[in-house]
Amino acid sequence: MASSTGSYNSPCAACKFLRRKCTPGCIFSPYFPPEEPHKFANVHKIFGASNVSKLLNELLPHQREDAVNSLAFEAEARVRDPVYGCVGAISFLQRQVDRLQKELDAANADLIRYAAAATQAPPPPPRHRSAVDYGRGGGGGGGFYNQTPSSFTFPYNYHFPTWNGGGVDGNI
Amino acid sequence: MNSSRCAACKHLRRRCPSDCIFSPYFPSNNPQRFAFVHKIYGASNVGKILQDLPVNLRSKAADTLCYEASRRIEDPVYGVVRELTNLDEEIQKAHCQLARIRAQIAVIQARDEVDNVNNPNFFPPQND
Repeated sequence: MASSTGSYNSPCAACKFLRRKCTPGCIFSPYFPPEEPHKFANVHKIFGASNVSKLLNELLPHQREDAVNSLAFEAEARVRDPVYGCVGAISFLQRQVDRLQKELDAANADLIRYAAAATQAPPPPPRHRSAVDYGRGGGGGGGFYNQTPSSFTFPYNYHFPTWNGGGVDGNI
Repeated sequence: MNSSRCAACKHLRRRCPSDCIFSPYFPSNNPQRFAFVHKIYGASNVGKILQDLPVNLRSKAADTLCYEASRRIEDPVYGVVRELTNLDEEIQKAHCQLARIRAQIAVIQARDEVDNVNNPNFFPPQND
């Protein structure tokens, strides 16, 4: 959340942390409001103020807010889990994707079975000469046989323990 | 001694001591690995992170730091967080697909039940 309160009222969180004057052109002040001191503290601990400043300066202004938020997310993940950081969360989500793919495969197989059983329903017995028509009109437009092929692509194949931290919700 | 410097000490242009924190994880044959972490985190921060960990966990930490650094260099705005977002979207899509398939199964089952109830052969004939 970009803030423009910056240096007019109080120094931004970065300049407070670094104990320096927060100038009007401070690169950090739009993105590190004074009410969120932990955000900068984490980012500084993991990346360092100088590296963050260089990175932000290399980006266009409209990209900086997202960059800061993703850096803050990564930094918090690394502070909570110094060994795996965000990679632990990736591993956790990949396992969820694996599990869901298996559930999808099983559900698709069930669907095919049910649909096949429905179209192969036995005809009425001959002595009744029944005109019963089961009225199966084709199963509703072909959707029943729609097997979506897997399109999950995994970036790599680490095997890490389950992510134990919180806040892994993809919301930046 | 120069030839046995690790990638970090070569990059930092310094002597590589025997207890160098970087040398087990940044061998000299892979200079890019240290270059990435140095660019994103800085040598000092990486050293502190590794120093604070038990020795048996440092290799994994170095690997994940390298991975995240390489992703940040490829994508300076989102870094590795983009993968998390993509995975999250895949999970949401999979949940929707699963719900749709289960609804389709429920429709078929419901139709089967209705057909069974409406089938005159389901009940014993009364006028035979």
